[in-house]
Amino acid sequence: MSFSLKKDKSGIVVVGVDGQLIVGNRQELKQKVLDALDGGARKFVVDFAKTGYIDSSGLGVLVSLSKKIREQGGELRLAGLNEDLQTLFELTKLDTLFAITRTAEEALAAF
Amino acid sequence: MSLRLHVTALEMRLDVPCNLGFVGDAVELVANRLPAGTLSPRRLSFNFRTALAEALSNAIRYGAREDPARVVRVRVELGRDAVRIHVSDDGGGFDRSNLPDPTRPENLEREDGRGLFVIRHLVDDVAFNAKGNGICLTLRAG
Repeated sequence: MSFSLKKDKSGIVVVGVDGQLIVGNRQELKQKVLDALDGGARKFVVDFAKTGYIDSSGLGVLVSLSKKIREQGGELRLAGLNEDLQTLFELTKLDTLFAITRTAEEALAAF
Repeated sequence: MSLRLHVTALEMRLDVPCNLGFVGDAVELVANRLPAGTLSPRRLSFNFRTALAEALSNAIRYGAREDPARVVRVRVELGRDAVRIHVSDDGGGFDRSNLPDPTRPENLEREDGRGLFVIRHLVDDVAFNAKGNGICLTLRAG
């Protein structure tokens, strides 16, 4: 399975991305997060600790989800980026759109 | 429909059906058969895979318009000094002369428009054929 969703005791949803987030599976991620948003969740952390690579479609779906979540008064945070993924966010300047933490635990603590 | 990779000492060839669902499997199939040594494990894991996924995705979406009757062709040249990824489609070609800068503030929240920008930062050289329906991505050894 590419994605896992877990809700912590305060209702924050942590989404784990296993392998890659690319054009072929981005809709699956989008639907899972939107379903959780429809279910009342407002705080999300996407954890990339087990992610090898993200293509531009994957970046695009994160941008789109972040916008939808903000429109509902929530926030999407990112965590666990390796050095290459961090560079990808920096060169596309998407690091300015997202709060990014080293680990999912840090993201949860900062909410 | 399954993917079938043709491998020789000098190159690998793969025809990918025009379905975006094949991109991940195609990338893994090629990357896992790439001989060790030319690219570092890190560049193979990130730069090679991401660049190939981007090029395939662009060809399927914009070149072949996701037409299931068409295929996108991948050829990977295996040199000692470099790996060259060729991806081509039978579409009319891609006009790259007027692409917006995805890092400008007004474009940051756009969902698309980052593909070629990302590719240019991942590989050492990007070249197009004259028609614009074929791209060659060079990753030098290291």
